[in-house]
Amino acid sequence: MKKFFLLLSLTIFCIATVSGIALAKYPEKAITYVICFNPGGESDITARIQQKPLEKVLGVPIIMVYKKGGGGAVGWSELTRTKPDGYTIFGTNLPHIIVQPLTRKNAGYKTEQIHNVYIFEFTPNVLAVKKDSEIKTLKDFVEYAKKHPNLPVGGSGQPSANSLGTVEFSKVANLKLNYISFTGSGAAVPALFGGHVKALMTYTSMAARYPDKMRALAVAAEKRAKALPDVPTFKELGYNYVEGAYRGAAVPPGTPENVRKVLEKAFEKVNHDPTVIKKMEDLGFIMEYYGEAESKKLVDKLTVYYRNLLKELGLLKK
Amino acid sequence: MIEALSGALHHIFTVKIFLMIIAGLFGGLLTGALPGLTATMAVALLVPFTFTMEPTEGLIVLGAIYMSSIYGGSFSAILVNTPGTPSSIGTTFDGYPMAKRGEGDRAVLIATFASVYGGIIGVLFLLFLAPPLAKVALKFGPPEYFWMAVFGITIISSLASKNIIKGFIGGAIGLLISTIGIAPIGGDVRFTAGFSQLQGGIELIVALIGFFCIPEALTMIGQRGKKFHLTEAKRKKGIFLQTFKDVMKKQGNLLRSSILGTIVGILPGAGGSIANLVAYNEAVRVSKEPEKFGTGIIDGIIATESSNNAVVGGGMIPLVTLGIPGAPPDAVLYGVLLLQGLRPGPELFTTHSHVIYTFIISLFFATIFMLPVGVIAGKVLHKTVVRLPVRFLAPLIIFLTIIGSYSIRNNITDVYIMLTLGVLGYILKRLGFHPGPITLGLILGPIGEAGFVQALLIGEMLPNKWMIFFKSPISWILIILSLLSLSWPLFAKKLAKEWKVKGDEVEG
Repeated sequence: MKKFFLLLSLTIFCIATVSGIALAKYPEKAITYVICFNPGGESDITARIQQKPLEKVLGVPIIMVYKKGGGGAVGWSELTRTKPDGYTIFGTNLPHIIVQPLTRKNAGYKTEQIHNVYIFEFTPNVLAVKKDSEIKTLKDFVEYAKKHPNLPVGGSGQPSANSLGTVEFSKVANLKLNYISFTGSGAAVPALFGGHVKALMTYTSMAARYPDKMRALAVAAEKRAKALPDVPTFKELGYNYVEGAYRGAAVPPGTPENVRKVLEKAFEKVNHDPTVIKKMEDLGFIMEYYGEAESKKLVDKLTVYYRNLLKELGLLKK
Repeated sequence: MIEALSGALHHIFTVKIFLMIIAGLFGGLLTGALPGLTATMAVALLVPFTFTMEPTEGLIVLGAIYMSSIYGGSFSAILVNTPGTPSSIGTTFDGYPMAKRGEGDRAVLIATFASVYGGIIGVLFLLFLAPPLAKVALKFGPPEYFWMAVFGITIISSLASKNIIKGFIGGAIGLLISTIGIAPIGGDVRFTAGFSQLQGGIELIVALIGFFCIPEALTMIGQRGKKFHLTEAKRKKGIFLQTFKDVMKKQGNLLRSSILGTIVGILPGAGGSIANLVAYNEAVRVSKEPEKFGTGIIDGIIATESSNNAVVGGGMIPLVTLGIPGAPPDAVLYGVLLLQGLRPGPELFTTHSHVIYTFIISLFFATIFMLPVGVIAGKVLHKTVVRLPVRFLAPLIIFLTIIGSYSIRNNITDVYIMLTLGVLGYILKRLGFHPGPITLGLILGPIGEAGFVQALLIGEMLPNKWMIFFKSPISWILIILSLLSLSWPLFAKKLAKEWKVKGDEVEG
């Protein structure tokens, strides 16, 4: 028995040293892809679409692990403590990784510590009502909301792209809407179908999921979503309102450049795979192609934007 | 529908599918029996394997895993007093006392029969009444969820009938623990004492392991000198048939609990964790000998185990008809459906009817196969636990708790939380606080809080925002049920006296 343990510890020691030295040939073993939300959620679904193609490009298995909690913050604070060898990568969400450190006293991480290697999709906000609602267009909605102040509008999380988007839209349309936060996009859907809230400020992916039960009134993006070709953008209808959530993949601070480049290239290649594009677009996501440098620029730009918005709302942490 | 059904039957009767179902059942049973690995995790872990299969086959395997992991949770609940999944919390109340008496194998058999029964009822509802029942799910809005949580809390009065005050204090402790972390509405960070790790709050499973498992292991260690084995097994002949007859005699309890489980399953966000306790509560309330619950009686196990497996079918009702997952594992199944390009909803029953009917029928067969699989696995597990001396069993349990609490979120902080709560649970247990009410508070806290705040926000539209809580008939039903449940112990005492007079001719 003693011999066995000796052998075992020797083996572990050897594996540990070898993998330490051999960083040059990245990747040479399985990569863990950490999802900071529930299995079955949208962050999981998008990563699952990438999983097989990523394995093909990188030539190693991709293992999905879930570290949920705190709206993703538990996972991202773990990122800052993870060994920066490229064998653990994290799914990231904007504006979450910007808004959480701005509003929480101790989110467990700083936005700068989340080193995005690629941002692959954008999910714009969409204003939706029930299919059988008397509200048929955005114009109807604005008129209805003017007549019914404090109209309840559901959405996912707070502060989030949905909640901040509701505030932004109220401002540009001069309305008084009452945002009701639900614990996830899926949780808000039954409240709409059951008539407990009149409308949802949700994501395009939700409108694409329930085409027979939900009527999308307008999309908060620069251009229309492929899955919702008949739904106009807010801009087309005269409201300057663009808001939504981005998804990307990140590595811990201090990850070597060659590793980051390999991952950036791999995600880029996967993002151009026609089957990946089709699956993503069918589900209501809009493809984006932000490499490492462009991702950083996007995060910096949005940080300024959200800081001002949160300050205006009095939500910035003291 | 008949056509689709016969097509489904044709599709299922192949050796490959049957082998897949059986493999799924064994896998699910094992994960369910290990505390910390829940049905949701079991299903999520196996999703990648289904990618290489056809959509229908993948769904069949996942359905079998889901069904049997809920059932598997009863094994550890009965044998070591630790619910393997939150759906078996109530099974510890009567299952473990029975095992301690040396009737562990009987308790496992009762759980098996009840689980199969409940599973079948749930699937039948899914097969025949899905569309109308799905509408019930939508009637539940924030105010209704708030009242449901209130009703759930009142269950404590029957869970802890021996000391109601301590029961409610325990419930309050659970509610308070549930407020740690990010607020469900508004996103404020609460009671984290500066630890960023606590933002995610206390995970129910982690608390469950801490409150149930650790005190049990510590008690075992405390008694190691006196008792060499945890329990003794008294082998009885003909136990299989006798137990089957005993369980089947309780048709009222079986049906009631299965229907309750189906209904709770239909409600999005609720699940087996609530269903088993509600069913237990109702079984106590209807019983003529409520004082016997908790001492190891057959009715307690029947109620919890039939209801939690009925949740499986019930939870899929809103999933397949509306695309709204009823219970947490359904959310994972939903993801699989979407990835396979199948959108739940009416379309699923028309254009993809062969997929969905094959799936439902396979679930039916999986439930029936659970009987032989469960009997074999139950015998083996029971023998292992009974034969292992306590000095091996206690460290083994503690080892499993550490793995279990880590694996739920892959977070080492959860292990520390679990151990802390374990020590707290041990002290509380010594002071007479049962873990049941504490975990009930923990389960219902977030549901009640979210419902309360959301309802009040929606109520801003009304002249008086508090009126939102009294607007719908469902709210009133829940309010009345809560009052009834709360005052029941008072009635029960009176009624018990009356029954005692007539009790001679009434058989327990």
